[in-house]
Amino acid sequence: MATAATNWLGQSIERVEDAALLTGRGRFIDDLGVRPGTLYAAILRSPHAHAAIRAIRADAAKALPGVAAVVTGAEVRALSSSLAVGVKAPIECWPIAVDRVRYVGEPVAVAVAADRYLAEDALDLIEVDYEPLPAVIDPLAALDPASPMLHEGLRSNIASDRSFRYGDPERAFAEAARKVSVSVRYPRNSCTPIETYGLVAEYDPSEDAYDVTANFMGPFSLHPVMARALKVPGNRLRLRTPPDSGGSFGVKQGIFPYIVLIGVAARAAGRPVKWIEDRLEHLTASVSATNRVTKLDAAVDADGRIRALAYDQIEDVGAHIRAPEPATLYRMHGNLTGAYDIKNLSVRNRVVLTNKTPTGLNRGFGGPQMYYPLERLVQRIAIELSLDPVEVIRRNLVPAEAFPFETASGGLLDSGDYARAIEGAVVDGGLAELRARRDEARRQGRLYGIGFATVVEPSVSNMGYITTVLSPEERRRAGPKNGAQATATIALDPGGAVSVHVASVPQGQGHRTVAAQIVADALGLDPKNIRVIADFDSARDAWSIASGNYSSRFAAAVGGAVHLAAIRLKTRLARVAATQLNVQPGEIEFASGRVRARGNPDNALPFNRVAATSHWSPGSVPDDAQALRETVFWTAPELTPPTDADEINSSLCHGFIFDFCGVEIDRVTAAVRVDKYVTMHDCGRVLHPAMVAGQITGGFAQALGAALYEEYAYSPDGNFLAGTFADYLLPTTNEVPTPLLLRIETPSPFTPLGAKGVGEGNCMSTPVCIANAVADALGANALDLPLTPSKLAAFVHGKEKDRPSSAGTQAAKGARALHGEGETKVSASPEQVWAMLLDVDTLATIIPGAHAVEKVSDKKFRADVTIGVGPVKGRYRAEIKLSDLDPPRAVSLSGSATGALGFGSGKGRITLSPEGSGTRISYGYDAEIGGKIAAIGGRLLDGAARMIIRQFFAALARRAGRAAQSGFFARIRLLFRRRP
Amino acid sequence: MPRLSADARHRIRARINGRAIEAEAEPRMLLTDFLRHVLGLTGTHIGCEHGVCGACTVEIDGRLARACLTLAPQIEGSEIRTVEGLAPSPDRLSVLQEAFRRHHALQCGFCTAGILVSLDHYLARTPDPSESEIREFLGGHLCRCTGYVPIVAAALNAAKKLREAKPHA
Ligand code: FES
Ligand code: FES
Repeated sequence: MATAATNWLGQSIERVEDAALLTGRGRFIDDLGVRPGTLYAAILRSPHAHAAIRAIRADAAKALPGVAAVVTGAEVRALSSSLAVGVKAPIECWPIAVDRVRYVGEPVAVAVAADRYLAEDALDLIEVDYEPLPAVIDPLAALDPASPMLHEGLRSNIASDRSFRYGDPERAFAEAARKVSVSVRYPRNSCTPIETYGLVAEYDPSEDAYDVTANFMGPFSLHPVMARALKVPGNRLRLRTPPDSGGSFGVKQGIFPYIVLIGVAARAAGRPVKWIEDRLEHLTASVSATNRVTKLDAAVDADGRIRALAYDQIEDVGAHIRAPEPATLYRMHGNLTGAYDIKNLSVRNRVVLTNKTPTGLNRGFGGPQMYYPLERLVQRIAIELSLDPVEVIRRNLVPAEAFPFETASGGLLDSGDYARAIEGAVVDGGLAELRARRDEARRQGRLYGIGFATVVEPSVSNMGYITTVLSPEERRRAGPKNGAQATATIALDPGGAVSVHVASVPQGQGHRTVAAQIVADALGLDPKNIRVIADFDSARDAWSIASGNYSSRFAAAVGGAVHLAAIRLKTRLARVAATQLNVQPGEIEFASGRVRARGNPDNALPFNRVAATSHWSPGSVPDDAQALRETVFWTAPELTPPTDADEINSSLCHGFIFDFCGVEIDRVTAAVRVDKYVTMHDCGRVLHPAMVAGQITGGFAQALGAALYEEYAYSPDGNFLAGTFADYLLPTTNEVPTPLLLRIETPSPFTPLGAKGVGEGNCMSTPVCIANAVADALGANALDLPLTPSKLAAFVHGKEKDRPSSAGTQAAKGARALHGEGETKVSASPEQVWAMLLDVDTLATIIPGAHAVEKVSDKKFRADVTIGVGPVKGRYRAEIKLSDLDPPRAVSLSGSATGALGFGSGKGRITLSPEGSGTRISYGYDAEIGGKIAAIGGRLLDGAARMIIRQFFAALARRAGRAAQSGFFARIRLLFRRRP
Repeated sequence: MPRLSADARHRIRARINGRAIEAEAEPRMLLTDFLRHVLGLTGTHIGCEHGVCGACTVEIDGRLARACLTLAPQIEGSEIRTVEGLAPSPDRLSVLQEAFRRHHALQCGFCTAGILVSLDHYLARTPDPSESEIREFLGGHLCRCTGYVPIVAAALNAAKKLREAKPHA
């Protein structure tokens, strides 16, 4: 049969998605109508990193008009079962805290009400008694058997510890000329889509079935996980996605526990329930990439050839091993040797639990964490051996003639010409000019550096790679897991119009456009005439566990399945047409909307006419040529399960990236400016060049953020400190330069169209490329992301104070603590002041924001106060205890406050000394703040605390008969101080 | 502004995209929720609800504003433009929208409404901006998909087309 000339693929046609999105007619989850009677959920979350829940009092919340239900761990436990966990251990993972909270932001209660505003009102009325427990934040600390344990069922905080050995690494290390090592702490971050999570869930008791619409992105291997948790068979959990989704980058995989949680809430409330996550919830508690501590050693010959690698990786998955974790640690397993031909490899992989948000998919998924040490190491090898880094890279590359190349750990690199790609980048990217520019900058005394990164970008994950975490014995017992079914359906309607359905759940990647191009080429049509549906319905669509939009699988796998379905349909249509045109099926060709005899274009029929035949006249079509609807399931035979030697081809395709960049570091501010960035890609055959470019520039910008600005920072006690976009800094137009994109094409022999994935590569290559350039500029060795000015200032001008980090340890202990001291003068005598400090009525008038002060005992007060920090005002219950009373000279106060916005605790001492006719009051305090207020108000807290305390003493002074001596000037000073 | 009572709904009258509207809202309702869920104008998106991302940007009486930081009753008597009001007709795109489509300046399209409203406003007042001016101006919008490169290109291209269409401007 003739293949029509390809002409749509490879063109950057305009996207069919765009007209609606540009005019405000997109249909995102929060744009869809809901059934009448739908209720709205708001979630109360833990302000503590680790605490036992002693009691939850929700009566007042339930009594609020408009509130339908309050759901807590007890209800969830009664109506569902624990989510499956990715390691073999007797531990549970609930979508809401059950008796204990293990991270800040963990759901504690769900209020369901007539609208979102009322549901949030209800949260304010729920009282929770927590008993704080010690928390472990740093992954290395979690290795210690004495660290506070998160899950007793594991008997430690180490969820998995596996070692792997390929080739003969010990011998290679013994024989090698040198050993070069790097140690890296990769931080926590996230790709934070601009649209947050959202879903509507409904439970039908008559059929014991759930119906959920959520902006979930797959993988649908989580569908059975959710169905099991909801205690229904898969066919009673109907899961749908809206037509549009506002970005995901892996992150929207993490909505799945909420599908279970809100499903249960809908069942408890007896009505459909809708929940839209807010940004604070998203940053605090949706999902994060893993942070990882890696020690990587290389056995190296004198000429820079790497003989062996030894990885020691400690993966921090947060407070629960939520499916599909610990997949982040294993996704790169088949390509741990990167673009290099390294025969010997040893790996130790440990997975630890800490009191932080559970981790999950995030663009790059395991790649950033692995390539950062690997490519830092390659730079170190060059430096230690006094070689050109590009030369070290070249000497170790997998040679072009070796493809498909089997890596030490079992990966099968499908195609490539790495040396040619690097040559192209060096020449077309202007490396020589960049080097001259660096030399010139350095001559002028500027801090300028060049970095390189070489990455093999895996795509189309083997669903079996995750089982590499199990021992061969455990795998045998569990049964084989492998492959990655991609699906596509093409249907012809009675008018001969073509519809396509893919279960690829796009979040802006233009799948509908590219699927139309693929079908148009196969059937000789214009893509405009093909309608593609990409929203998903588990009850109606063809799907499998690999469905969804992750591991950059669309172009390579789903696009391939669309192509195969189109070809199948075309084969049948050719037979239909052959009878009508009176030629052999092999003579039929499809072009320009017509089906015609090759060599005789006049002997032709309109495509629609042929395509409608099986509807209107099935009797005239042979049974095996009926052309109505074609569904293809496609998986690649190369995706085999792990072998008994733990070899795993973790991904089907392997693109190639070579990046280099020039950066300059400001000598005064220590800020990094990316002066030039070149990124060379080989992603196989390119189906839509503009979309490939979009994936690269988009991934590059996210990676730039990860390199320079973004971090999910925690205080050492586990408070989350990056709860707004003013704290978690995404790069804007002003920070993101335009990278130079270069490309070569070596088509994949393993995919139907020769395409490979391209979406994630720069998240793997760019952070380390920039870090290598910064290291080059500063002559630095150890460098951890993000490369913030405060971190680099240590290199530029000597050591400065560290800022909090995702490991929680680089910061000084108590980093989120507030300290302060001061003094004021009042005109009353020490005895009078003393009496005022102990008098409830006086306190009620001088404590800022106090509604009521109650004396519980002689030395104990309870107060209800409203405190505002920046724009955030909240009501707190405070308890204050007096101790070490030395009337009328000194008293110590300690106290705590809790409220919907978080908690605080502190202690202080007040000293009174007579001065003239009045009293000098001196005070000092230490306080710690946690919960929402720490996450969103961090930058404002010190100023706010000072302000409140000054207000207190100013009121005291006023009350004592005269304004505080320095009151006016203090207020003036305040105006000029502590600008956040 | 008139005194409002917290627990009552209040009637709000305004003009949105050239049409008079009249609807009720509690004083605490955000303009984003009012536009989206009371009036059904779901093109205005919510990315952060704290004024940083720019997804909710609308024009109120000729000035750009964050709808997420505006309360619904504040628009009483105002003239509002949202993304739904940018196209000349339902089946045609504006010059700016067309430039976005041609340059692939959107992927998921979630940030896009705010960026279009801002740029539409800006280009009407700054017909010949430089690339760095556009970058500076767009610094108040977050896009997580595109890396901004095609957005800046589309804005420059739209500015050029708009200038060509109005030779005397
Ligand atoms: S939603 Fe208004 S600025 Fe982000
Ligand atoms: S296009 Fe997705 S956030 Fe901008």
